Amino acid sequence: MALLQIAEPGMSTAPHQHKLAVGIDLGTTNSLVATVRSSMSTVLHDEEGHALLPSVVHYRADGSIEVGYAAQAQQSHDPHNTIVSAKRFMGRGLKDIGDTVQLPYQFIDTPGMVQIQTRAGIKSPVEVSAEILKVLKQRAEHALGGELAGAVITVPAYFDDAQRQATKDAARLAGLNVLRLLNEPTAAAVAYGLDNAAEGVYVIYDLGGGTFDVSVLRLSKGVFEVLATNGDSALGGDDFDRRIFCWMLEEAKLSPISPEDTRQLLTKSREAKEWLTDHAEARITSLLKNGELVDLTLTSSKLKELSQHLIAKTLAPIRKALRDAGLSIDEVKGVVMVGGATRMPQVRHAVADFFGQDPLTNLDPDKVVALGAAIQANVLAGNRGEDDLLLLDVIPLSLGLETMGGLAERIIPRNATLPVARAQDFTTFKDGQTAMSIHVVQGERELVSDCRSLARFELRGIPPMAAGAARIRVTFQVDADGLLSVSAREQTSGVEAHIVVKPSYGLSEDEIINMLETSFKSAETDKQARALQEARVESQRLLEAIAAALAKDGALLSANEKQTINEKMQALSELAKTEDSHAIHDAVEALNRATEEFAARRMDASVKQALAGQNLKTLEL
Amino acid sequence: MAITLTENAANRVQKFLANRGKGVGLRLGVKTTGCSGMAYTLEFVDEVKPEDLEFESLGVKVIIDPKSLVYIDGTELDFVKEGLNEGFKFNNPNVKDECGCGESFTI
Repeated sequence: MALLQIAEPGMSTAPHQHKLAVGIDLGTTNSLVATVRSSMSTVLHDEEGHALLPSVVHYRADGSIEVGYAAQAQQSHDPHNTIVSAKRFMGRGLKDIGDTVQLPYQFIDTPGMVQIQTRAGIKSPVEVSAEILKVLKQRAEHALGGELAGAVITVPAYFDDAQRQATKDAARLAGLNVLRLLNEPTAAAVAYGLDNAAEGVYVIYDLGGGTFDVSVLRLSKGVFEVLATNGDSALGGDDFDRRIFCWMLEEAKLSPISPEDTRQLLTKSREAKEWLTDHAEARITSLLKNGELVDLTLTSSKLKELSQHLIAKTLAPIRKALRDAGLSIDEVKGVVMVGGATRMPQVRHAVADFFGQDPLTNLDPDKVVALGAAIQANVLAGNRGEDDLLLLDVIPLSLGLETMGGLAERIIPRNATLPVARAQDFTTFKDGQTAMSIHVVQGERELVSDCRSLARFELRGIPPMAAGAARIRVTFQVDADGLLSVSAREQTSGVEAHIVVKPSYGLSEDEIINMLETSFKSAETDKQARALQEARVESQRLLEAIAAALAKDGALLSANEKQTINEKMQALSELAKTEDSHAIHDAVEALNRATEEFAARRMDASVKQALAGQNLKTLEL
Repeated sequence: MAITLTENAANRVQKFLANRGKGVGLRLGVKTTGCSGMAYTLEFVDEVKPEDLEFESLGVKVIIDPKSLVYIDGTELDFVKEGLNEGFKFNNPNVKDECGCGESFTI
């Protein structure tokens, strides 16, 4: 039988309704997948119990594809067909990559993004990443017992549009529905629950296997803003291993050694480094190929001395990032440690000294990004209560357009999470109307004059039709970067027009708050104003329609009847100038009733006219 | 009769409650949806309602509304692993029939 998880109070879903959502950390060296179960974010393991999946893809001679540890094992045997660190090539051209000489791949310089020649054909980094994502998707679906509704995938904060788009494409290729791309430092902060913490500036220190990234984030009203990023793309945990390795060569006075010995000693170096995380000294023994025995003891203090220079290299980018953000060290409210290398006590001490406070380290630094992404995915999939909603990237004020009478019609309500798309159908107001002006506005008020104008554009070429016959679908779409595009399309003819706007452009935090407050205060008057405007628009529409009908078919009425209708029309147009929406509404009703007979006669007349001169044959279509 | 938890289930609930940082216990219930009549619900409890019934099993407070109890009285809640999947399982003596997936049942 299906296994159940514990839901938040009142949030139990009907069977098969619970949306399975995961967070994926698509890393340069390793990738992970995590999900929220019983309100707890957990990393999902494979059958062997591994949490990490090495981001390595091997195209085998028999046409099959290996991913992860199996592929990693082939790295030295079959370097051309074993792709590591595909993330570095995502959305990059050959020129962007730089030292391709050191890499074993046969790069093909294609416009936009490089491709790699493998025995399985030419592969783009997107395809390679998709293989990794496919494995993670499969792992998650096995572990959760169902199809995934969506995934949040993390990307470095410094990824540009091309790199982000490439990541999205890889996900689509893997059959994943991307709920959102999330910045890695933001994900780490979310994992620590900082989105519910005090507002302020947080620094994310991410020392991975081969890269170092530092990000300065500002949290305000539940939204993280990346203020600055910096780092060193050629500095990571592996450099500490190499430093220990060099020390070993010196200490043991070893002559140049074989590649096998080098690999073995590097592994020993890494093991010693990891051992020293919670021990004072590590003994390193290794028997080399030539029979020579290496037997050394590395102390914690020696490691500190060896790694001092490397650790110092991470502090310079932090200083730069803080300077770029215009902040001083004492303005930093908290520091989050990410990446396996931050387990080293030497690194932790150096960071603590630098900031004058202990960094946050209680979550596994290898998993923290995936855990945060899973929390975000769970919220975006709609598995949590309204009040729990993370305010990551939301629409600060409603977006809408102007309709007849200067009324604002809201299309996307405020606080909708990005990305979002909503469509609504509109129609023409007058007979034969061939163009429509679309005025995009932002705000919570009912009248356009009280909202902020964002853009205007025109839809032209609507085929002439009776008022109300045209169907114009207006679509508002805001992407994850907050870019609004509005398009209008007349459904029968297919004519289309669109415009792109940046919705938050020029609005400061204070302005947004101010606009919200006025909308709350003026809710009642706004409601009345809307009712009045609607009544006026309706009366105008009716008066125009009747006037047109009278001009055309006035002969169908007696002088008396005409007199009555004219009087009622006169009364309505007088009333429409007043502020009494109810009275206007009643007068519209009265006029409607008074013209029912007229409308019926016009219908009869037009049917007769349509039939006149037709024989039975042409009617029997 | 009563509702009981296996040791495995009790440990998990304690752990999830501790991780969540709030909540007084675990609510079991049924609702009339699903492909085969009724479906189980399992929720954290922040607030006990006056009509609720309370049980205690291995240190976990189990809360249930009286209408649901008639369908699941005598149930033992277990926590199991099936392959990579893991979660809670209702061993309900009242069940006559289950839908294929086991998410809903009839009595």
